[in-house]
Amino acid sequence: MLEVANLEVVYNDVVLVLRGLSLNVPDGEIVALLGANGAGKTTALRAITGILDIHEGDITKGSVTFDGEQIDGKDPSAIVRMGIAQVLEGRRIFAEMTVDDNLRAGAFTNTNKASITAAHERVMDLFPVLQGRRKDSAGYLSGGEQQMLAIGRALMADPKLLILDEPTLGLAPMLVQQIRDIIVDINRQDVSVLLIEQNANMALSIANYGYIMETGKVVMDGDPQKLLGDEDVKEFYLGLHSEGERKSFRDVKHYKRRKRWLS
Amino acid sequence: MMPAILVFAEAGGQEAIDKFANATSSGIALGAIYALLALGLVLIYKATQVLNFAHGALAALGAFFAAYLATVLNFPGRYATFLPLTMQWLLSALVAVLITALVGLVLERLAIRPMIGEPLFSVVMITIALDIVIRTITDDFIGNNPRPLGDPWGADVFNVGPAIIAKSEVATLIVTLICLIGIALFFRSRYGVAMRATAFDQEAAMAQGISAGRIFALAWAIGAGLAATAGIFSSLFPRSSIGVSNTTAFFAFRALPAIVIGGLDSITGAVVGGFIVGLAESYAGAYLVGDTWSFLGLGFAGVMPYIVMLVVLIVRPYGLFGTEEIRRV
Repeated sequence: MLEVANLEVVYNDVVLVLRGLSLNVPDGEIVALLGANGAGKTTALRAITGILDIHEGDITKGSVTFDGEQIDGKDPSAIVRMGIAQVLEGRRIFAEMTVDDNLRAGAFTNTNKASITAAHERVMDLFPVLQGRRKDSAGYLSGGEQQMLAIGRALMADPKLLILDEPTLGLAPMLVQQIRDIIVDINRQDVSVLLIEQNANMALSIANYGYIMETGKVVMDGDPQKLLGDEDVKEFYLGLHSEGERKSFRDVKHYKRRKRWLS
Repeated sequence: MMPAILVFAEAGGQEAIDKFANATSSGIALGAIYALLALGLVLIYKATQVLNFAHGALAALGAFFAAYLATVLNFPGRYATFLPLTMQWLLSALVAVLITALVGLVLERLAIRPMIGEPLFSVVMITIALDIVIRTITDDFIGNNPRPLGDPWGADVFNVGPAIIAKSEVATLIVTLICLIGIALFFRSRYGVAMRATAFDQEAAMAQGISAGRIFALAWAIGAGLAATAGIFSSLFPRSSIGVSNTTAFFAFRALPAIVIGGLDSITGAVVGGFIVGLAESYAGAYLVGDTWSFLGLGFAGVMPYIVMLVVLIVRPYGLFGTEEIRRV
């Protein structure tokens, strides 16, 4: 469905952030994209959804195709119209507007009244908490509710592919569970999901496939079991190490010497 | 208002009541025009973060179009002779507003869109350049003599109790109210919601598939249309007894205190600020005259809005309705 091939992105003509990123989101699946800060996850999102321009970024090599059609170089509204919706990192709801108006802004590309009503009902079904707060200013919602609103807003465009950028950022563990369940629910309604996360445990628990990014490219990919079983992933993403084993200072130095761990 | 009227009544009898009523009614009519001007400025500022210095030039251009359409071309009145004259004139004015809106659209496309991403200060400078260009061209169109707008009201007045009210003032107020309601309804529409979203967070709006460029163009079109409306009504009696002239463009700058008082980024503030400035100017013109106030000199009414603005800035630096920590332009 979504295919990213050898993508290279440069910011301000000098900062090379993505160096040959390739990934693939098949129809109807949840794909997790993991990586540490600065690995280029958000840049990958921007390149896919066409909002690199306002960040002075350019795609210098590679391509992005969606349902066989090339979408790099298209403008963001055309990409949304094709069926890719995104939830930006940090929620980015329109705090001064009401919950309903936020959802209407999300439905901008949707001009069919009946399908807007249907999308609205779907969002209210998925997020019953928003039901009672439809006329409230979005800025007064709690963090969890804001994240739900941000996801709901993206769903108003009736997407075929939903890209979520760190939807669990700054949320309590209970809410992380809730968001996770909602993502699974959304996926069941025939929406493919690209989940960009730092919370590897959560992301891999629901994903059909996972990619791990480091310094602008994919260094490891595979099904979640394989990734969860990997020693390095365990150590650096899940914070686990073999039980009972004492960590010696030498190991820490070993990690520092390597600088990059998976490659 | 009642207690104030009573106080004046005790002090000076009927004459004082007349004076107060007249100052109030003309202040409201003047405020309506300031509100229209301020509305256009705030709309463009809110959507694009740019203070449009070409607003006055667009107002004069709109007034010129109205004068030309109504008095020279008689368009669209010549095709609609069955309509009453007032309707014919209003149609000419409407066409003039639409043409100016189109001019706004073209200006955004040619001069503002290429500047997206550049420092805001540069964009503001561009609007100053636009002001000079449009104003020069408009002055040339207008010619040496002021052009009357050919409005059906002329200098007709009628009495409401103690107040003498010009018919054109009533028309101004009605048109302003229609514009305000129109803008309020627009902000609830699909594009209105999109404009508010873009104004609040451009990137997040783009992520929803809202085309920021199109929203900017729309803001300029509506802003220019409002400028034209204000320009037309500021060229009527009693604002100007002669019509649109080469000073019409400068009238818009008198709306600057209005938007500063209201808060640069607040639509409500623009309207309230407009009426405050109108009333302040009108009251100053009525009361701060005579021997007691001779030290203020002539034309102090025009200074009054700025004094109100200074007071508001001291108490609330971000305006009455503005967001705190507003960006500088």
